[in-house]
Amino acid sequence: MKRIGFFALLMGVLMSFTNPTGYKVGDKATDFKLKSVDNKMYSMADYKDAKGFIVVFTCNHCPFAVKYEDRIIDLAKKYKSKGYILLAINPNDPAAQPDDSFELMQKRAKEKKFTFPYLFDEGQKIYPQYGATKTPHVFLLDKNLVVKYIGAIDDNVEDASQVKEKYLENAIAALEKGQEPTPNTTKAIGCSIKVKK
Amino acid sequence: MRYFRLIVLSVFFLSFSAKAQDLITFQNFDELNAYIQKNSEKPLVVNFWATWCAPCVKELPYFQKLHQENPNIKVVTVSLDFDKQVESKLKPFLKKKNYTFVTTYMADKKFNNWISKVDENWSGSIPATWIINGNKGIFVEQEFASFEELNQFVNESLTKLN
Repeated sequence: MKRIGFFALLMGVLMSFTNPTGYKVGDKATDFKLKSVDNKMYSMADYKDAKGFIVVFTCNHCPFAVKYEDRIIDLAKKYKSKGYILLAINPNDPAAQPDDSFELMQKRAKEKKFTFPYLFDEGQKIYPQYGATKTPHVFLLDKNLVVKYIGAIDDNVEDASQVKEKYLENAIAALEKGQEPTPNTTKAIGCSIKVKK
Repeated sequence: MRYFRLIVLSVFFLSFSAKAQDLITFQNFDELNAYIQKNSEKPLVVNFWATWCAPCVKELPYFQKLHQENPNIKVVTVSLDFDKQVESKLKPFLKKKNYTFVTTYMADKKFNNWISKVDENWSGSIPATWIINGNKGIFVEQEFASFEELNQFVNESLTKLN
């Protein structure tokens, strides 16, 4: 009985990989209302004048995400003045990964002086809609919340000084010129999103 | 005097059993691919992991058991650890665990170059496991909760890949 159950799960897994869930470039993303480390709620609708949104799924515990923290801080500052609002979302369930608790998010945001909202995906309802599968995972949206770029921030997680292609920045530059980003999706390694089994 | 020979023999045998697997380094995906082609006499179970990935580390013993109990397949782990941590973290970790499956390291960190070559749908999260038989493969981006789950998945995959 268990064997049949697992086989059904297997088929489900295989099929899900021929038809991945989540947004593709061109889809309209959902807005959200999530609590930030300052205890206030944030939605993209709050930013009436935004030219676009940089939604970054990231967290406290993942070494890959941590390597990108400084770059995320810099990107938030650089692009806010250009009208692109960076919003960080922690998609993990603290019951599965205690290091990603709300209190530790607040601690990290304070230590690193985040100038952007660091939101908690309460009930883990937002990340599955986006199709985020790991941290960090970036979704660049235009002002109408249409997805324009999905994937990695740049091509070198280990060493910011060795980056050759700044995928996200190039994507934003394309939008500024009224063009479509190329590449519009990239892939990178990251930590899987933690769900309590 | 009579202990001397015993000691020499012990050291001789110990030096064999204590030898941890050497770490094979792939500079890029082509080298990994070449390794796969060269080792095609048995189905391969390739596991992508890193020392910093807790679910990856948790399931390695299941791969060790698979490797020990199933002589019809070959288990190959591919570490995606940070370059700077190969000597400081990866090698000491492997030495301590003394796993007998094949241990390799992927040095090409421009992941966008090669992740899709493993599987179109791999979004990049680890752990991820790739089962290869001949020219065909099955890839899953998930962790295994137990040896039984891994073993069942491998067996069912191999049936499909025949």
